[in-house]
Amino acid sequence: MLRFILRRLGFMVVTVILASIIIFWATTILPGDVATMVLGRYATQQAKDTLRTELGLDKPIAVQYTTWLGKYVRGDWGTSVSTDTAVRPVVFQRLRNSFMLAIVAFALYVPLGILLGLIAALRRNTWVDNAISVGSLAFIGLPEFVSGVILITIFAVQLHWFPAQSAIDPQSSFVAAFPYLILPAITVALTSLAYVIRMTRSSTVDVLQMDYVRTANLKGLSPSRVLFTHVLRNSLLPTITVVAIGIGWLIGGLIVTEAVYAYPGIGRLLLFAIQRRDLQLIQSTALLIVIIYVVANLVADILYAVLNPRIRYN
Amino acid sequence: MEATTPVQTPPAAGPAAPRPVFEVEGLHIDYTTELGVLHAVRNVSLTVHEHESFGIVGESGSGKSTLAMGAIRYLASNGKVTEGSVRLNGVELLGLSSKELRELWGSRIGVVYQSPLSALNPSIVIGKQLAEVARQHLGMDRAAALARVAEMLAKVAMPDPEAVIKRYPHQLSGGMLQRCVIAMALMTDPSLLIMDEPTTALDVTTQAVVLDLVADLKREFASAILYITHDLGVITKICDRVGVMYAGEFMEQAELHELFKRPRHPYTLDLLGCVPHFDPTPQKRSLVTIPGAIPRVDELPPGCIFAPRCSFVEPACTTARPPLAEVGEAHLSACRRWRIVPPPEEHLRAATEALATAETAEGGKATLVEVDDVLVHFKAARGLIRNREQRLIRAVDGVSLDVRSGETLGIVGESGSGKTTVARAIIGLTPATGGKISLSGRLLEPSTGRRPRSSLREIQMVFQNPDASLNPTRSVGDAIMRPLTLLGGLGRQAAKEKAENLLRAVSLPASYFERLPHELSGGEKQRVAIARAFAAEPQLILCDEPISSLDVSVQGSLMNLLMRLQLEQQTSYVFISHDLSAVQHLSDAIAVVYLGRIMELGDAVRVLTPPSHPYTEALLSAVPLADPDVKQKPIRLSGSVPSAMDVPSGCRFHPRCPRFLGDICVEQEPPWREGEGEHRIYCHIPLDELARLQAETLVLNPEEGGA
Amino acid sequence: MHVAVSDPIVAEEETLSGFPAQMLTERPSSVRIYWRRLKRRPAALVGTIIFCVFLFLAVSGPWVAPYDYQAQNAKVRLDAPTLSHPFGTDQFGRDIFSRIIVGTRNIFLLGGIGTFIAVVIGTAIGLASGYVGGWVDEIVMRLLDVLLSFPLLLLALVLLSTVGPSNLNLVFVVAILYIPMVARVVRSMVLDLKNKEFVEAARVRGERRSYVIFREILPNSLPPLLVEASMRFSYSIFLVASLGFLGLGVQPPSPDWGLQINEARNFFAIAPWTLLFPACTIALLVVSTNLMSDGLRQVMLPGGGRN
Repeated sequence: MLRFILRRLGFMVVTVILASIIIFWATTILPGDVATMVLGRYATQQAKDTLRTELGLDKPIAVQYTTWLGKYVRGDWGTSVSTDTAVRPVVFQRLRNSFMLAIVAFALYVPLGILLGLIAALRRNTWVDNAISVGSLAFIGLPEFVSGVILITIFAVQLHWFPAQSAIDPQSSFVAAFPYLILPAITVALTSLAYVIRMTRSSTVDVLQMDYVRTANLKGLSPSRVLFTHVLRNSLLPTITVVAIGIGWLIGGLIVTEAVYAYPGIGRLLLFAIQRRDLQLIQSTALLIVIIYVVANLVADILYAVLNPRIRYN
Repeated sequence: MEATTPVQTPPAAGPAAPRPVFEVEGLHIDYTTELGVLHAVRNVSLTVHEHESFGIVGESGSGKSTLAMGAIRYLASNGKVTEGSVRLNGVELLGLSSKELRELWGSRIGVVYQSPLSALNPSIVIGKQLAEVARQHLGMDRAAALARVAEMLAKVAMPDPEAVIKRYPHQLSGGMLQRCVIAMALMTDPSLLIMDEPTTALDVTTQAVVLDLVADLKREFASAILYITHDLGVITKICDRVGVMYAGEFMEQAELHELFKRPRHPYTLDLLGCVPHFDPTPQKRSLVTIPGAIPRVDELPPGCIFAPRCSFVEPACTTARPPLAEVGEAHLSACRRWRIVPPPEEHLRAATEALATAETAEGGKATLVEVDDVLVHFKAARGLIRNREQRLIRAVDGVSLDVRSGETLGIVGESGSGKTTVARAIIGLTPATGGKISLSGRLLEPSTGRRPRSSLREIQMVFQNPDASLNPTRSVGDAIMRPLTLLGGLGRQAAKEKAENLLRAVSLPASYFERLPHELSGGEKQRVAIARAFAAEPQLILCDEPISSLDVSVQGSLMNLLMRLQLEQQTSYVFISHDLSAVQHLSDAIAVVYLGRIMELGDAVRVLTPPSHPYTEALLSAVPLADPDVKQKPIRLSGSVPSAMDVPSGCRFHPRCPRFLGDICVEQEPPWREGEGEHRIYCHIPLDELARLQAETLVLNPEEGGA
Repeated sequence: MHVAVSDPIVAEEETLSGFPAQMLTERPSSVRIYWRRLKRRPAALVGTIIFCVFLFLAVSGPWVAPYDYQAQNAKVRLDAPTLSHPFGTDQFGRDIFSRIIVGTRNIFLLGGIGTFIAVVIGTAIGLASGYVGGWVDEIVMRLLDVLLSFPLLLLALVLLSTVGPSNLNLVFVVAILYIPMVARVVRSMVLDLKNKEFVEAARVRGERRSYVIFREILPNSLPPLLVEASMRFSYSIFLVASLGFLGLGVQPPSPDWGLQINEARNFFAIAPWTLLFPACTIALLVVSTNLMSDGLRQVMLPGGGRN
């Protein structure tokens, strides 16, 4: 078991390092001359050289990379060129905001998704199942900006239930931000909801066809006991993995959703940085997001291994 | 048909007349499917008394499982009982509410089915799952329930019940798991115990132990047992009465002995002839073949459903379906011509033929393939970062044998014996990691990829799983033609003609040439696989459990096919199987393998008669023979096959050997004891001592192999 | 199910009664089976039909559209839907209906070509890695796992932010993003098939490696591959549209749907149709593609396939 955890941990480290290489390469090497990018075409050669030295761009690439990575790990994320403030505090603040949004979305789609998936599985091939299955199919892959826009049209513009935009003060507390979180959370949750429904349904249907469910029924146990003790214990296991992997969807969804609603989260920050070509900001934000994602996957894998007796006792 | 006075036959034992526990009358079960309504089970009646065991024998599509599950009303949502009555202890089951049914299922009925690992919830410890029954139906609290579980586990001869209670299913072996399931089923002392192929997934020695257990439990518990299987041999161990099902109906029902000795239905007669009889004499006979095929349930013939395939059919049989009627004391048959059904021995002589035997060699036949001390070891990778000591899986651990040209070498063993791996090493799919393999004197490269075409041409293989043997996207004709063009060097036209000939040779119609594999049945696919193997005219064909997954009657016809082709082509076979009956039927020489090593090797006759290796002896006593009169030695092996990573020291069979001598077996590897005619036994006990010991144990029917 | 399987034996043999022992039952070919199953699933059927309509529009775009997508007409700016402009007009007086139709081609091309490249390269990688096995496979697997561990949109953003948005870059980004997924699916198929007996039979015959891969393994991987490809296509629409919305995809004046929506946000209050019609069109295409992919999955894969 310990060996398993260590292996996954090692894998995670490798992934993050590789990601950092890709990010670094994409932001520093690929665009060509950074100084021109930042200062513009008409800057003097001297200004560009000064900037290059300042940014450490005259050193060999490998050194640049390790310097950058070293600083990152230590928490020194540099200064944002566009806002002229330290990068790290801003990133973490926006992260907090996104986190709030994600939590609300999570609270929406996980329980609902599992519930609907279960219902669809237990009533499979009836109209209930068809409605749920087809409905969920419809939402997978529906871009958040489409669903967001439609939701805004209906609930904000027509019905006036919720605010149409969520461009709140980035330092708002959770309570203050909450009304502005609802519509974006629903938007983000829709896609993930569909995903969770499908996975839950699929794994529950598989379990229902297993021999041990037949055994449980033939033991004369009540249907609810069969469901909770025998079926769910096994069918929800894959769902845990799915939910964790769904965090990847969530992150991607957050970026677009925050753009739609103008919500001051980390996705919006990244877009802002990209538009401004603010390299430090792009690098730090992107890498942080990758780390979060990879950690989430790691937790999911470990959780699955711990809960599955076949892996735990091997 | 004359009417005979119905006689109520009491089954064996029981002081007072045993009362009927489970009564089924005129049961009809339908399934609603894409193809319409299928009448899966039609007009079925049977009665099982307490302490009695009723066996239902049938091939695929017979409806035996449907009958059992349908009778207790556990059917899929598209299945329905449309007519009839089912009574348990006098209570009609067909009108009960689901709540009442559940109560009945849990407390009055116990069910055991084929795969014990999947029958138990993998996420819950054994103790808890078994205790559920006691808590639900016996009203016990947790502590009392667990005590009862321990009690039941002890009754099924489970070693160390307290430890087992805390284990998860995947930590136990198949045999132990099946015992747990049986314990669970018997916990409430049910009136009816349904067992649906409970030993099919187990090794033959484990099966024997479980069958013994069931026989013991039969005496102790008063339950009526409904035992479902396709295996005629197993029936003889457990059942008092037997019913033979075919395509959804009963063809015959009789008391065990009566059914086997004096059957009154042509199907039963044929079925008995399809099973190889244990007859280790050099004279080989073919097996009974039932022409035609099991009809689809939606395409039943108008009259007697067996008529199209029956050897005794006459026109009147095809007009009306004969009912299941009394033809003797407690003997029912659905044949109108039951009187003329001959005894099995006579039918066997008439319907089978003696096969031309290979000339008994004077100087022995030429050796075609020589396997010399072959090893196949796999590394079990452990840990990514630390360099732990590599554990070795010793699948084949020093095997030497010869295959003589034109003859069949049978390799028999149980799971984990390495028999399949030996074959794969010979053909190069799993390269040998040590030792030498030679073909006609030339050394062969361990891996297929490195062998020249000429060697590849000489050795071909028929695989176990017919569904995976053929490329689903290639037609039958293409599959057979490919080796002809690739290895045989024939042009397209010549290959096509030859392929058509081969189709004929394996008794498939020429119209199959264009068909795709999914349009064929399992037996047909194996025939194509056999044709493909023979295409390039190899000298040796390895047959890896080619018939294990097929119906009994299909097995018989395929064995006949293999033997016929061998005589025509003078090809050698290596026939691998866990089924000792099949092996002894086909083989000229037999090798008995255990945990990667050969325990005994020699002519078929010599191997199957004493002196035999203790393992062979155990196998012989465990194989259930389709003859109720035969008594076999009650030699049983305890425990299960150790893992190939932890091979026991000295003689690897010593932990389970019934003739364990002592320290010498633990410390030293046994020598080869040479007997007559190249018969070899790998044992510390000298041959004459073995012969003496094995003759001394219990009385046997002198016909059976193992005096 | 207890429907029996038949095993007809000899055609030449006959029983005593004169019955032909050839009790062959007709089994339909696989394509007919697929079609029959598809017909039984109305949702999938509807999805497929709608998808085909879009496909038609993608192919015939400019010829079918009533107006030139670039034609500006100051007189009818931001007009509500009328007969002559069924979806209304945008801020430059361009007909929205035509822009949507022509935009179909855009999305299909970008998403389609990207998916196609991903499928071809991914299949090649999956086949090679899966068949060769050993440490090569290990390394490739790890690499794929790492690539799959990134949130995709993020990777796309980072890449595009630096190379700059253009049609070509967009296609490459789509392709790069999806190669690991396709490779994974193909690899797992190959691993599964590699050990099947008919592949071993091919090895035992001495077939060359290339024959085994292309004639034995690949044809049997096609159904899952097809399903995966159609799912990837659906996601590529998602990706292209999202990137367009974020301003990192296709650039104006291209009638890219995502871009249209982005531009239309400014006029939402006064001319909601500029936003809603493109949004609903995207929704329709995505939903129908999903229904179609899922239908394909259920129809072609035994047991309905797994997600």
